[in-house]
Parts: sequence; C-alpha cells; structure tokens
Amino acid sequence: MSEPILSSKLYVGIWAVLMVLTVITATVAFVDMGRFNTVVALVIATLKALLVVLFFMHVKYASERLTKMVIVCSLFWLLILLFLSLADYRTRAASHV
Amino acid sequence: MADSPLVVEHQEGLHHQFVDRDQQRNAASLGMWLFLGTEVMFFGGMFCAYLIYRLWYYHEFAAGSRSLDIWLGTVNTAVLICSSLTVALGVRAAQMGKRRLLVLLLLLTLAFGLGFLGIKAVEWHDKFVEHHVPGASFSAEDLIEHYPQLHIDPSRTQIYFSLYFAMTGLHALHMVIGVGIFCYLTYYAWKGRYTPEYHTPVEIGGLYWHFVDLIWIYLFPLLYLIDRKPLT
Repeated sequence: MSEPILSSKLYVGIWAVLMVLTVITATVAFVDMGRFNTVVALVIATLKALLVVLFFMHVKYASERLTKMVIVCSLFWLLILLFLSLADYRTRAASHV
Repeated sequence: MADSPLVVEHQEGLHHQFVDRDQQRNAASLGMWLFLGTEVMFFGGMFCAYLIYRLWYYHEFAAGSRSLDIWLGTVNTAVLICSSLTVALGVRAAQMGKRRLLVLLLLLTLAFGLGFLGIKAVEWHDKFVEHHVPGASFSAEDLIEHYPQLHIDPSRTQIYFSLYFAMTGLHALHMVIGVGIFCYLTYYAWKGRYTPEYHTPVEIGGLYWHFVDLIWIYLFPLLYLIDRKPLT
C-alpha cells in the first residue's frame, strides 16, 4: 500500500502546536504593533493552515502529484480573484463615499 | 496489480474500472480535492467582499470586531482543532482496522462539531440581543457610545455584520453538513464496513472536515482580531 500510517504521536504533536498558535494569535492581538497586527494574525493563520493541510490532510505524504497540482491551482485561482478585484477597486475614484 | 490482464481476480470493494485499490483510492481523493477547490472559490467570493469593504470601512470593521466575544471565538477555534485531531486519529484507526476506536473517535468528532455549533448559536443569540443583526432593528448606538474616537457610521457597521453573519453562517452550514456526513460514517463504522483495505469514505469525509476547520482558521483572525489593541 502506498498509503502511510502516521504515528499518533505526530498527530498529537501537530494538535499541540495548533493549540499553542491559537493562544498566541489571540494574545498577540492585544499588543499594539500598528499595521503588523494584521500581518502577524495572517502569518499565524497560514502556518496553522499549512500544518492542517500537510499533516492532517496527508498532503505531505500524498503519492499523487495531481492532488498537489489541484491545491496549487485552487490557491492560484483564489489569488487571481483577490488581486484583480483589489487592483480594480483600489485604483478607482472613491465612489463609495 | 495483476500480472496478466487475462487473470483479474475479483477484489472485494474494487470497482471494475480501476486497476487496483490504490488507483481507486487516489481517484476518490483527487475528486474530493477538486471539490474542495470549488469550495475555495465559493468562500473566496466572500473573502474578497470582506477584503474590499474592510479596506474602505476599516473603523467600522474594527468596532464590529471588538463587539464579538474573543473568548468564545478562541474556545471555538480550539474546539475545531480538537475535532480535527480526532478525525486524523480516526482515519488512522480505520487504516489499522480498529473498529471500536474508529467509532469512538467519530463520536468524539461529532461531539466537538455539535459543541462548536452550540457556542456559535450562543454568539449569534448575543448579537440578536444587542441589535447587531442587519435589518430593521439594527442599531450601532452602543458601539458609537463605546468607541467615540472611531467616528463610526452605523450603515457601514451593518456591512461588517452582514459579512460576519454570511461568512460564519456559510461556515456553520458546512459544519451541519459535516455532522450529517459523520453520523453516516459512524453508523457504517459501527456496522464494520470500513477495513484497512477499504476506508475511503472515512478518508474523504475527513478531508471535508479538515477543510471546514481550515476556513475557520482564517475566519477567526479576520472577524475577531481586526483591532483589539488598546484605544488611545
């Protein structure tokens, strides 16, 4: 079988890291870091998302490259949606005011 | 894989169009990932609307975010992370053919999932009591009073709460569907349908559950943690 069985210790370890990151992100939000509050919150969220995708969703151990391609493509599509919409709205005259 | 195409032995649970179990499992997993890709775009539209309005109406978003209960939000994040652990361990139990352990872990996942929805219901109830639900009875008077230095506009605050309810609502709908899927999985796991050779539904259902957890991992900082620093 190409499907590896990961140790439960690894899963519990990932869980512990996710819990710690959750506490950190909620605590750090009260510290005034100016613009960097948002950056830190998103970096921590992305770190957590990576851990979930790679280990809990087994992508790190996936034998199928097609799966990884689908994930990268989905993210790329999402970035097109966000960036092009933002490029439009941010360069217009402020019609919303 | 059979050496000769003429000698194809029948394997329990293997559909005829697949060469072997690995291929069948990979196909199912790939199909699920494609579905999750469409889900990314489904939620993506809302994240995009959120991003644009947050840049326009930052102060109203900050005030709205402050009105959410960060304690309940953090606990709910922890509850979902715990449920993801029980799902990951459940898939492992299925891989090893431990039926009782699998049923136990699926039941735990259901408990965490329902716990999350319960806490969410409490939070929504609070918003109704505070008149923060967009509509005829909406009022941002309490926020204007609390945060005079933000100079917030009530109608813009309503946009924040519209997005809050739409995003957490869509997420909660996914949780409800997830609970349904896991009830199904628990029933058939208890019946002994899943073996080390065949447990694709557990794996696929698990992917869905983890994905819903992923969405929350982003919703939590985007909705609850916009601006929590002390106001001067």
